[in-house]
Amino acid sequence: MTDKNKKRTIIPIGPYHPLQEEAEFFKLYVEGEKVVDMDIEIGYMHRGIEKLSESMHYDQSAFLVERICGICSNSHPFAYVNAVEDLAGFEISIRAKYIRSVIGELERLHSHLLWLGLAGHFIGYNTVWMWSWKYRELVNDIFEFITGNRQHYGMMKIGGVRRDIENKDIPQIEKMCDNLIPVLNMFKGAVMDDPVIHARTKNVGILPKNVAIDYCVVGPTARASGIDIDVRRDDPYAAYNLVDWKVIVGKNGDVFDKAAIRILEMFESIKIIRGCLNGLKKEPEGNFDLKVKEIPVGEGIGRHEAPRGEVFHYVKSDKTNRPARHKIRAPSYVNIASNKYAVIGQTISDAALILAAVDPCYCCTERVTVIDKRKNKILMNGFDLIKLSQEKTEKLRKKHA
Amino acid sequence: MNAKTLTRSLWVFHVACSPCNNCDIEILDTLTPRYDLERFGIQLVGSIRHADVLLVSGVVNKKIVSRLKRLYAQAPKPILVVAVGNCACSEILFRNSYNTCGPVDKIIPVDAYIPGCPPKPEAMIMGVVKLIRSMTQKSDNKSK
Repeated sequence: MTDKNKKRTIIPIGPYHPLQEEAEFFKLYVEGEKVVDMDIEIGYMHRGIEKLSESMHYDQSAFLVERICGICSNSHPFAYVNAVEDLAGFEISIRAKYIRSVIGELERLHSHLLWLGLAGHFIGYNTVWMWSWKYRELVNDIFEFITGNRQHYGMMKIGGVRRDIENKDIPQIEKMCDNLIPVLNMFKGAVMDDPVIHARTKNVGILPKNVAIDYCVVGPTARASGIDIDVRRDDPYAAYNLVDWKVIVGKNGDVFDKAAIRILEMFESIKIIRGCLNGLKKEPEGNFDLKVKEIPVGEGIGRHEAPRGEVFHYVKSDKTNRPARHKIRAPSYVNIASNKYAVIGQTISDAALILAAVDPCYCCTERVTVIDKRKNKILMNGFDLIKLSQEKTEKLRKKHA
Repeated sequence: MNAKTLTRSLWVFHVACSPCNNCDIEILDTLTPRYDLERFGIQLVGSIRHADVLLVSGVVNKKIVSRLKRLYAQAPKPILVVAVGNCACSEILFRNSYNTCGPVDKIIPVDAYIPGCPPKPEAMIMGVVKLIRSMTQKSDNKSK
Protein backbone atom coordinates (compact mmCIF):
# COMPACT_ATOMS: atom_id res chain seq x y z
CA MET A 1 0.00 0.00 0.00
CA THR A 2 1.39 3.37 -0.93
CA ASP A 3 1.26 6.35 1.34
CA LYS A 4 -1.58 7.89 -0.66
CA ASN A 5 -3.91 4.94 -0.09
CA LYS A 6 -3.43 4.90 3.64
CA LYS A 7 -6.15 6.64 5.54
CA ARG A 8 -4.66 9.15 7.88
CA THR A 9 -6.87 10.63 10.56
CA ILE A 10 -6.09 13.59 12.72
CA ILE A 11 -7.10 13.42 16.34
CA PRO A 12 -7.01 16.77 18.07
CA ILE A 13 -6.40 16.73 21.83
CA GLY A 14 -7.15 20.09 23.37
CA PRO A 15 -6.85 23.02 23.80
CA TYR A 16 -9.61 22.23 26.30
CA HIS A 17 -9.82 18.55 26.87
CA PRO A 18 -11.20 16.70 29.89
CA LEU A 19 -7.88 14.89 30.28
CA GLN A 20 -5.85 18.01 30.60
CA GLU A 21 -5.61 20.42 33.38
CA GLU A 22 -3.93 23.07 31.28
CA ALA A 23 -4.70 24.30 27.81
CA GLU A 24 -2.42 22.83 25.22
CA PHE A 25 -3.03 21.41 21.78
CA PHE A 26 -1.77 18.10 20.46
CA LYS A 27 -2.51 16.95 16.98
CA LEU A 28 -2.13 13.19 16.64
CA TYR A 29 -1.94 11.82 13.12
CA VAL A 30 -3.15 8.24 13.24
CA GLU A 31 -3.44 5.37 10.80
CA GLY A 32 -5.90 2.91 12.26
CA GLU A 33 -4.87 2.65 15.89
CA LYS A 34 -1.28 3.64 15.36
CA VAL A 35 0.08 7.11 15.92
CA VAL A 36 2.28 8.06 12.98
CA ASP A 37 2.98 11.70 13.64
CA MET A 38 2.36 14.38 16.17
CA ASP A 39 2.26 18.14 16.37
CA ILE A 40 2.34 20.22 19.49
CA GLU A 41 0.98 23.72 19.69
CA ILE A 42 1.58 25.75 22.78
CA GLY A 43 1.20 29.41 23.65
CA TYR A 44 -2.05 29.24 25.58
CA MET A 45 -0.24 30.11 28.78
CA HIS A 46 2.04 32.88 27.63
CA ARG A 47 1.93 35.86 29.96
CA GLY A 48 5.11 37.75 29.06
CA ILE A 49 6.91 37.09 32.33
CA GLU A 50 10.44 37.83 31.13
CA LYS A 51 9.35 41.26 29.96
CA LEU A 52 7.40 41.94 33.16
CA SER A 53 10.42 40.96 35.21
CA GLU A 54 12.46 43.69 33.56
CA SER A 55 9.98 46.26 34.85
CA MET A 56 10.14 45.05 38.44
CA HIS A 57 12.40 45.44 41.41
CA TYR A 58 14.71 42.51 42.16
CA ASP A 59 12.63 41.49 45.16
CA GLN A 60 9.38 41.78 43.22
CA SER A 61 10.86 39.61 40.49
CA ALA A 62 11.24 36.75 42.96
CA PHE A 63 7.54 37.14 43.67
CA LEU A 64 6.76 37.23 39.96
CA VAL A 65 8.79 34.20 38.88
CA GLU A 66 7.12 32.24 41.66
CA ARG A 67 3.91 32.76 39.69
CA ILE A 68 5.32 31.22 36.53
CA CYS A 69 4.09 27.87 37.65
CA GLY A 70 2.10 26.61 40.58
CA ILE A 71 3.37 23.05 40.68
CA CYS A 72 7.05 23.93 40.75
CA SER A 73 6.46 27.35 42.28
CA ASN A 74 9.64 27.20 44.32
CA SER A 75 11.96 26.14 41.49
CA HIS A 76 11.83 29.37 39.57
CA PRO A 77 12.57 31.71 42.50
CA PHE A 78 15.23 29.21 43.60
CA ALA A 79 17.00 29.41 40.24
CA TYR A 80 16.43 33.16 40.12
CA VAL A 81 18.03 33.86 43.50
CA ASN A 82 20.89 31.54 42.51
CA ALA A 83 21.37 33.67 39.39
CA VAL A 84 21.32 36.99 41.24
CA GLU A 85 23.66 35.67 43.93
CA ASP A 86 25.96 34.41 41.17
CA LEU A 87 26.06 37.84 39.56
CA ALA A 88 26.61 39.70 42.82
CA GLY A 89 28.88 37.10 44.41
CA PHE A 90 26.91 36.76 47.66
CA GLU A 91 27.61 33.82 49.93
CA ILE A 92 24.48 33.02 51.95
CA SER A 93 24.50 31.56 55.45
CA ILE A 94 24.50 27.80 55.98
CA ARG A 95 21.15 28.03 57.74
CA ALA A 96 19.53 29.67 54.71
CA LYS A 97 21.07 26.96 52.52
CA TYR A 98 19.52 24.21 54.59
CA ILE A 99 16.10 25.89 54.60
CA ARG A 100 16.21 26.36 50.84
CA SER A 101 16.96 22.69 50.32
CA VAL A 102 14.16 21.63 52.65
CA ILE A 103 11.63 23.68 50.67
CA GLY A 104 13.05 22.45 47.35
CA GLU A 105 12.72 18.82 48.35
CA LEU A 106 9.25 19.19 49.88
CA GLU A 107 8.20 20.63 46.57
CA ARG A 108 9.63 17.62 44.75
CA LEU A 109 7.57 15.36 47.02
CA HIS A 110 4.34 17.22 46.32
CA SER A 111 4.99 17.48 42.60
CA HIS A 112 5.82 13.79 42.17
CA LEU A 113 2.77 12.76 44.19
CA LEU A 114 0.65 15.00 42.00
CA TRP A 115 2.11 13.44 38.86
CA LEU A 116 1.60 9.94 40.20
CA GLY A 117 -2.05 10.72 40.79
CA LEU A 118 -2.57 12.13 37.30
CA ALA A 119 -0.74 9.17 35.71
CA GLY A 120 -3.00 6.81 37.68
CA HIS A 121 -5.98 8.77 36.42
CA PHE A 122 -4.76 8.47 32.82
CA ILE A 123 -4.54 4.68 32.93
CA GLY A 124 -7.89 4.42 34.67
CA TYR A 125 -6.69 3.85 38.23
CA ASN A 126 -8.75 6.52 39.88
CA THR A 127 -8.01 5.01 43.28
CA VAL A 128 -4.34 5.86 42.80
CA TRP A 129 -5.40 9.37 41.84
CA MET A 130 -7.55 9.90 44.91
CA TRP A 131 -4.97 8.32 47.22
CA SER A 132 -2.04 10.28 45.98
CA TRP A 133 -3.99 13.54 46.18
CA LYS A 134 -5.16 12.62 49.65
CA TYR A 135 -1.63 11.96 50.85
CA ARG A 136 -0.29 15.01 49.02
CA GLU A 137 -2.22 16.98 51.61
CA LEU A 138 0.28 15.74 54.21
CA VAL A 139 3.02 17.52 52.28
CA ASN A 140 0.83 20.61 52.00
CA ASP A 141 0.42 20.50 55.77
CA ILE A 142 4.21 20.57 56.21
CA PHE A 143 4.36 23.54 53.84
CA GLU A 144 1.66 25.33 55.75
CA PHE A 145 3.50 24.60 59.00
CA ILE A 146 6.85 25.93 57.73
CA THR A 147 5.90 28.75 55.38
CA GLY A 148 2.30 29.60 56.21
CA ASN A 149 1.13 28.86 52.67
CA ARG A 150 -0.15 25.72 51.03
CA GLN A 151 1.07 26.83 47.62
CA HIS A 152 3.30 29.70 46.50
CA TYR A 153 5.51 29.50 49.56
CA GLY A 154 7.27 32.83 49.09
CA MET A 155 10.40 31.59 50.87
CA MET A 156 13.15 32.51 48.41
CA LYS A 157 14.80 35.89 48.78
CA ILE A 158 18.01 37.33 47.40
CA GLY A 159 20.57 36.75 50.13
CA GLY A 160 18.68 34.12 52.08
CA VAL A 161 15.15 33.07 52.90
CA ARG A 162 12.16 35.01 54.14
CA ARG A 163 11.30 32.97 57.20
CA ASP A 164 13.36 30.90 59.58
CA ILE A 165 12.56 27.35 60.60
CA GLU A 166 12.76 27.57 64.38
CA ASN A 167 14.59 24.79 66.17
CA LYS A 168 11.61 24.04 68.39
CA ASP A 169 9.54 23.23 65.28
CA ILE A 170 12.03 20.75 63.86
CA PRO A 171 10.83 17.63 65.80
CA GLN A 172 7.29 18.30 64.55
CA ILE A 173 8.49 18.55 60.93
CA GLU A 174 10.50 15.35 61.34
CA LYS A 175 7.42 13.60 62.65
CA MET A 176 5.37 14.83 59.69
CA CYS A 177 8.06 13.49 57.32
CA ASP A 178 7.99 10.13 59.10
CA ASN A 179 4.26 9.92 58.43
CA LEU A 180 5.03 10.11 54.71
CA ILE A 181 7.25 6.98 54.67
CA PRO A 182 4.42 4.38 54.98
CA VAL A 183 2.50 6.28 52.30
CA LEU A 184 5.44 6.16 49.90
CA ASN A 185 5.96 2.46 50.66
CA MET A 186 2.33 1.87 49.83
CA PHE A 187 2.69 3.62 46.48
CA LYS A 188 5.92 1.77 45.79
CA GLY A 189 4.11 -1.53 46.35
CA ALA A 190 1.05 -0.45 44.39
CA VAL A 191 3.02 0.58 41.30
CA MET A 192 5.98 -1.82 41.35
CA ASP A 193 4.03 -5.03 42.01
CA ASP A 194 0.84 -4.49 40.05
CA PRO A 195 0.76 -6.70 36.91
CA VAL A 196 -1.75 -4.45 35.14
CA ILE A 197 0.38 -1.35 35.63
CA HIS A 198 3.38 -3.35 34.37
CA ALA A 199 1.43 -4.35 31.26
CA ARG A 200 0.27 -0.79 30.62
CA THR A 201 3.57 0.97 31.18
CA LYS A 202 6.47 -1.40 30.47
CA ASN A 203 7.94 -1.02 26.97
CA VAL A 204 5.50 1.81 26.29
CA GLY A 205 6.76 5.12 25.00
CA ILE A 206 10.42 4.18 25.09
CA LEU A 207 12.94 6.99 24.78
CA PRO A 208 16.34 5.33 24.18
CA LYS A 209 19.46 6.85 25.67
CA ASN A 210 20.95 8.16 22.41
CA VAL A 211 17.66 9.81 21.40
CA ALA A 212 17.30 11.30 24.87
CA ILE A 213 20.75 12.83 24.48
CA ASP A 214 19.82 14.18 21.03
CA TYR A 215 16.70 15.82 22.41
CA CYS A 216 18.67 17.17 25.41
CA VAL A 217 16.00 16.01 27.84
CA VAL A 218 16.52 16.75 31.53
CA GLY A 219 15.34 15.59 34.91
CA PRO A 220 13.51 12.33 35.56
CA THR A 221 12.84 11.93 31.83
CA ALA A 222 16.58 11.83 31.16
CA ARG A 223 17.39 9.73 34.19
CA ALA A 224 14.77 7.14 33.16
CA SER A 225 16.64 6.77 29.86
CA GLY A 226 19.88 6.08 31.70
CA ILE A 227 21.48 9.52 31.52
CA ASP A 228 23.09 10.24 34.86
CA ILE A 229 22.46 13.98 35.25
CA ASP A 230 21.26 15.96 38.21
CA VAL A 231 22.12 19.61 38.81
CA ARG A 232 21.94 19.10 42.55
CA ARG A 233 24.96 16.79 42.35
CA ASP A 234 26.75 18.04 39.21
CA ASP A 235 26.77 21.72 40.17
CA PRO A 236 26.04 21.79 43.90
CA TYR A 237 24.15 24.76 45.30
CA ALA A 238 22.24 25.35 48.55
CA ALA A 239 22.82 22.43 50.94
CA TYR A 240 22.84 19.57 48.46
CA ASN A 241 26.54 18.88 48.94
CA LEU A 242 26.21 18.99 52.73
CA VAL A 243 23.87 16.02 53.05
CA ASP A 244 24.04 12.42 51.93
CA TRP A 245 21.82 11.28 49.08
CA LYS A 246 22.09 9.61 45.70
CA VAL A 247 20.81 10.14 42.16
CA ILE A 248 18.35 7.50 40.93
CA VAL A 249 19.01 6.39 37.35
CA GLY A 250 16.90 3.99 35.30
CA LYS A 251 17.80 2.29 32.04
CA ASN A 252 14.81 1.52 29.77
CA GLY A 253 13.31 4.96 29.28
CA ASP A 254 9.73 3.65 29.21
CA VAL A 255 6.79 5.01 31.18
CA PHE A 256 7.33 2.46 33.93
CA ASP A 257 10.90 3.64 34.53
CA LYS A 258 9.75 7.25 34.63
CA ALA A 259 7.19 6.37 37.30
CA ALA A 260 9.62 4.21 39.27
CA ILE A 261 12.27 6.91 39.25
CA ARG A 262 9.85 9.48 40.59
CA ILE A 263 8.75 7.16 43.37
CA LEU A 264 12.33 6.31 44.37
CA GLU A 265 13.30 9.99 44.20
CA MET A 266 10.69 10.77 46.81
CA PHE A 267 12.53 8.53 49.28
CA GLU A 268 15.75 10.40 48.50
CA SER A 269 13.93 13.70 49.05
CA ILE A 270 12.89 12.62 52.51
CA LYS A 271 16.51 11.61 53.18
CA ILE A 272 17.68 15.10 52.12
CA ILE A 273 15.03 16.81 54.27
CA ARG A 274 16.08 14.74 57.30
CA GLY A 275 19.75 15.56 56.67
CA CYS A 276 18.96 19.27 56.34
CA LEU A 277 16.87 19.31 59.51
CA ASN A 278 19.73 17.62 61.39
CA GLY A 279 22.08 20.26 60.01
CA LEU A 280 19.70 23.06 61.03
CA LYS A 281 19.83 21.94 64.66
CA LYS A 282 23.57 22.73 64.77
CA GLU A 283 23.29 26.19 63.17
CA PRO A 284 22.53 29.33 65.21
CA GLU A 285 18.95 30.53 64.87
CA GLY A 286 18.08 33.81 63.19
CA ASN A 287 21.04 33.95 60.81
CA PHE A 288 19.15 33.39 57.58
CA ASP A 289 19.21 36.64 55.63
CA LEU A 290 22.00 38.87 54.30
CA LYS A 291 19.72 41.96 53.99
CA VAL A 292 20.91 42.82 50.50
CA LYS A 293 20.57 46.48 49.53
CA GLU A 294 22.26 46.82 46.17
CA ILE A 295 22.90 44.62 43.16
CA PRO A 296 26.18 45.42 41.32
CA VAL A 297 26.67 45.44 37.54
CA GLY A 298 27.14 42.03 35.99
CA GLU A 299 25.47 38.93 34.72
CA GLY A 300 24.81 35.64 36.40
CA ILE A 301 23.26 32.27 35.82
CA GLY A 302 21.34 30.15 38.26
CA ARG A 303 20.25 26.56 38.02
CA HIS A 304 18.01 24.37 40.07
CA GLU A 305 16.88 20.79 39.68
CA ALA A 306 13.12 21.26 39.61
CA PRO A 307 10.88 18.18 39.94
CA ARG A 308 10.81 18.06 36.14
CA GLY A 309 14.46 18.79 35.46
CA GLU A 310 16.86 21.64 35.24
CA VAL A 311 15.52 25.20 35.48
CA PHE A 312 17.84 27.81 34.09
CA HIS A 313 17.74 31.53 34.82
CA TYR A 314 19.98 34.24 33.41
CA VAL A 315 19.96 37.71 34.94
CA LYS A 316 21.81 40.78 33.70
CA SER A 317 22.16 43.82 35.89
CA ASP A 318 22.99 47.41 34.96
CA LYS A 319 23.14 48.72 38.55
CA THR A 320 19.56 49.96 38.52
CA ASN A 321 17.13 48.26 40.87
CA ARG A 322 15.66 46.19 38.07
CA PRO A 323 17.07 43.32 36.00
CA ALA A 324 18.19 44.57 32.58
CA ARG A 325 17.54 41.14 31.10
CA HIS A 326 15.98 38.07 32.59
CA LYS A 327 15.97 34.86 30.60
CA ILE A 328 14.22 31.73 31.76
CA ARG A 329 14.40 28.20 30.44
CA ALA A 330 12.10 25.63 31.98
CA PRO A 331 12.65 21.85 31.89
CA SER A 332 9.38 20.99 30.16
CA TYR A 333 10.45 23.03 27.18
CA VAL A 334 13.00 20.39 26.20
CA ASN A 335 11.08 17.42 27.58
CA ILE A 336 7.90 18.06 25.60
CA ALA A 337 9.80 17.85 22.31
CA SER A 338 10.86 14.30 23.14
CA ASN A 339 7.18 13.31 23.17
CA LYS A 340 7.30 13.33 19.44
CA TYR A 341 9.76 10.48 19.36
CA ALA A 342 8.18 8.51 22.19
CA VAL A 343 4.62 8.62 20.92
CA ILE A 344 5.17 7.64 17.28
CA GLY A 345 4.38 3.99 16.59
CA GLN A 346 2.31 3.61 19.74
CA THR A 347 -1.45 3.17 19.90
CA ILE A 348 -3.82 6.05 20.59
CA SER A 349 -4.83 4.54 23.90
CA ASP A 350 -1.27 4.80 25.16
CA ALA A 351 -0.73 8.27 23.76
CA ALA A 352 -2.28 10.19 26.64
CA LEU A 353 -0.12 8.33 29.14
CA ILE A 354 3.05 8.87 27.13
CA LEU A 355 2.32 12.55 26.68
CA ALA A 356 1.85 12.83 30.43
CA ALA A 357 4.88 10.73 31.31
CA VAL A 358 7.37 13.58 30.98
CA ASP A 359 5.26 15.51 33.50
CA PRO A 360 4.82 18.44 31.15
CA CYS A 361 4.24 21.84 32.62
CA TYR A 362 3.08 24.34 30.07
CA CYS A 363 2.96 27.33 32.37
CA CYS A 364 6.70 26.95 32.83
CA THR A 365 7.39 26.36 29.20
CA GLU A 366 5.78 29.26 27.49
CA ARG A 367 8.42 31.90 27.65
CA VAL A 368 8.71 32.33 23.90
CA THR A 369 6.23 33.60 21.39
CA VAL A 370 7.60 32.09 18.20
CA ILE A 371 7.82 28.36 17.88
CA ASP A 372 9.85 26.77 15.16
CA LYS A 373 8.45 23.48 14.10
CA ARG A 374 9.03 20.73 11.61
CA LYS A 375 8.68 21.73 7.95
CA ASN A 376 9.55 25.26 9.07
CA LYS A 377 6.03 25.93 10.18
CA ILE A 378 5.99 28.85 12.51
CA LEU A 379 3.32 29.61 15.05
CA MET A 380 3.18 33.00 16.65
CA ASN A 381 1.29 34.41 19.53
CA GLY A 382 -0.86 36.93 17.66
CA PHE A 383 -4.34 36.11 16.38
CA ASP A 384 -3.75 36.67 12.71
CA LEU A 385 -0.51 34.82 12.59
CA ILE A 386 -2.12 31.81 14.21
CA LYS A 387 -4.97 31.96 11.78
CA LEU A 388 -2.59 32.21 8.85
CA SER A 389 -0.54 29.37 10.14
CA GLN A 390 -3.59 27.24 10.79
CA GLU A 391 -4.82 27.86 7.28
CA LYS A 392 -1.44 26.85 5.96
CA THR A 393 -1.52 23.67 8.01
CA GLU A 394 -5.00 23.02 6.72
CA LYS A 395 -3.77 23.33 3.15
CA LEU A 396 -0.84 21.05 3.80
CA ARG A 397 -3.16 18.58 5.47
CA LYS A 398 -5.47 18.55 2.47
CA LYS A 399 -2.51 17.96 0.21
CA HIS A 400 -1.36 15.03 2.29
CA ALA A 401 -4.78 13.49 2.78
CA MET B 1 -35.44 27.90 33.60
CA ASN B 2 -35.76 28.62 37.29
CA ALA B 3 -32.55 29.71 38.97
CA LYS B 4 -33.31 27.38 41.86
CA THR B 5 -32.64 24.35 39.71
CA LEU B 6 -29.03 25.49 39.69
CA THR B 7 -28.70 25.19 43.46
CA ARG B 8 -28.75 21.39 43.68
CA SER B 9 -25.78 19.58 42.25
CA LEU B 10 -23.63 21.93 40.25
CA TRP B 11 -21.69 20.49 37.35
CA VAL B 12 -18.57 22.44 36.75
CA PHE B 13 -16.57 23.05 33.63
CA HIS B 14 -13.13 24.33 34.41
CA VAL B 15 -11.38 26.55 31.91
CA ALA B 16 -7.73 27.39 32.54
CA CYS B 17 -7.08 30.78 30.94
CA SER B 18 -3.30 30.97 31.22
CA PRO B 19 -3.12 30.61 35.00
CA CYS B 20 -0.04 29.48 36.90
CA ASN B 21 -1.74 26.14 37.62
CA ASN B 22 -2.02 26.70 41.34
CA CYS B 23 -5.69 27.58 41.27
CA ASP B 24 -6.25 24.52 39.11
CA ILE B 25 -4.45 22.33 41.60
CA GLU B 26 -6.50 23.76 44.44
CA ILE B 27 -9.70 23.22 42.44
CA LEU B 28 -8.78 19.56 42.05
CA ASP B 29 -7.84 19.50 45.73
CA THR B 30 -11.34 20.56 46.70
CA LEU B 31 -12.70 17.59 44.76
CA THR B 32 -10.30 15.00 46.18
CA PRO B 33 -10.70 13.17 49.52
CA ARG B 34 -9.62 15.77 52.11
CA TYR B 35 -12.21 18.38 51.08
CA ASP B 36 -14.39 16.20 48.87
CA LEU B 37 -16.82 18.61 47.28
CA GLU B 38 -18.11 15.73 45.18
CA ARG B 39 -20.24 14.55 48.07
CA PHE B 40 -22.54 17.51 47.34
CA GLY B 41 -22.88 16.45 43.73
CA ILE B 42 -20.42 19.06 42.53
CA GLN B 43 -18.17 17.56 39.92
CA LEU B 44 -16.02 18.45 36.95
CA VAL B 45 -17.48 17.58 33.57
CA GLY B 46 -15.77 17.21 30.23
CA SER B 47 -17.96 19.48 28.15
CA ILE B 48 -19.32 22.97 28.63
CA ARG B 49 -22.66 21.76 27.26
CA HIS B 50 -23.17 19.64 30.38
CA ALA B 51 -22.11 22.34 32.81
CA ASP B 52 -23.97 24.67 35.16
CA VAL B 53 -20.89 26.55 36.27
CA LEU B 54 -18.02 27.94 34.23
CA LEU B 55 -14.97 28.12 36.43
CA VAL B 56 -12.36 30.52 35.09
CA SER B 57 -8.84 30.74 36.48
CA GLY B 58 -5.93 32.85 35.35
CA VAL B 59 -5.30 36.02 33.41
CA VAL B 60 -6.90 35.76 30.00
CA ASN B 61 -4.24 36.00 27.32
CA LYS B 62 -4.69 36.96 23.70
CA LYS B 63 -4.63 33.44 22.39
CA ILE B 64 -7.30 32.24 24.76
CA VAL B 65 -9.75 35.16 24.83
CA SER B 66 -11.66 34.10 21.69
CA ARG B 67 -11.96 30.59 23.05
CA LEU B 68 -13.33 31.84 26.35
CA LYS B 69 -15.97 33.90 24.55
CA ARG B 70 -16.87 30.88 22.45
CA LEU B 71 -17.15 28.65 25.51
CA TYR B 72 -19.48 31.16 27.12
CA ALA B 73 -21.59 31.29 23.98
CA GLN B 74 -21.78 27.51 23.83
CA ALA B 75 -22.85 27.17 27.45
CA PRO B 76 -26.49 26.31 28.17
CA LYS B 77 -28.07 29.33 29.88
CA PRO B 78 -28.45 30.18 32.70
CA ILE B 79 -24.78 29.61 33.44
CA LEU B 80 -22.93 30.77 36.51
CA VAL B 81 -19.45 32.14 35.94
CA VAL B 82 -16.99 31.96 38.81
CA ALA B 83 -13.62 33.72 38.66
CA VAL B 84 -11.11 31.82 40.80
CA GLY B 85 -7.95 33.46 42.02
CA ASN B 86 -6.55 36.96 42.01
CA CYS B 87 -5.52 36.70 38.36
CA ALA B 88 -9.07 36.09 37.18
CA CYS B 89 -10.50 38.69 39.58
CA SER B 90 -8.07 41.54 39.00
CA GLU B 91 -4.99 40.34 37.06
CA ILE B 92 -2.69 41.35 39.95
CA LEU B 93 0.88 41.72 38.77
CA PHE B 94 0.16 40.64 35.21
CA ARG B 95 -1.91 43.75 34.51
CA ASN B 96 1.00 45.41 32.68
CA SER B 97 1.77 42.42 30.50
CA TYR B 98 1.56 42.82 26.72
CA ASN B 99 -0.30 39.57 26.29
CA THR B 100 -3.28 39.86 28.61
CA CYS B 101 -6.79 40.98 27.79
CA GLY B 102 -8.05 42.24 31.08
CA PRO B 103 -9.73 40.47 34.00
CA VAL B 104 -12.47 37.96 33.26
CA ASP B 105 -15.34 40.35 34.01
CA LYS B 106 -14.24 42.56 31.12
CA ILE B 107 -14.80 39.64 28.76
CA ILE B 108 -17.78 37.72 30.09
CA PRO B 109 -20.21 38.49 32.96
CA VAL B 110 -19.04 37.04 36.27
CA ASP B 111 -21.35 35.87 39.08
CA ALA B 112 -18.86 35.17 41.84
CA TYR B 113 -15.28 36.10 42.64
CA ILE B 114 -13.02 33.93 44.78
CA PRO B 115 -9.85 35.94 45.42
CA GLY B 116 -6.62 34.48 46.75
CA CYS B 117 -3.31 33.44 45.30
CA PRO B 118 -4.32 30.67 45.22
CA PRO B 119 -7.56 30.62 47.27
CA LYS B 120 -7.50 27.85 49.85
CA PRO B 121 -9.92 24.98 49.27
CA GLU B 122 -11.91 26.26 52.25
CA ALA B 123 -12.27 29.63 50.50
CA MET B 124 -13.50 27.93 47.35
CA ILE B 125 -16.09 25.96 49.29
CA MET B 126 -17.17 29.20 50.99
CA GLY B 127 -17.49 30.81 47.56
CA VAL B 128 -19.68 27.99 46.29
CA VAL B 129 -21.85 28.16 49.42
CA LYS B 130 -22.35 31.91 48.97
CA LEU B 131 -23.13 31.45 45.30
CA ILE B 132 -25.77 28.82 46.04
CA ARG B 133 -27.25 30.98 48.80
CA SER B 134 -27.55 33.96 46.47
CA MET B 135 -29.20 31.79 43.83
CA THR B 136 -31.72 30.50 46.36
CA GLN B 137 -32.52 34.03 47.54
CA LYS B 138 -32.92 35.20 43.96
CA SER B 139 -35.42 32.47 43.18
CA ASP B 140 -37.25 33.06 46.51
CA ASN B 141 -37.62 36.75 45.73
CA LYS B 142 -38.98 35.94 42.31
CA SER B 143 -41.56 33.51 43.66
CA LYS B 144 -42.77 36.15 46.15
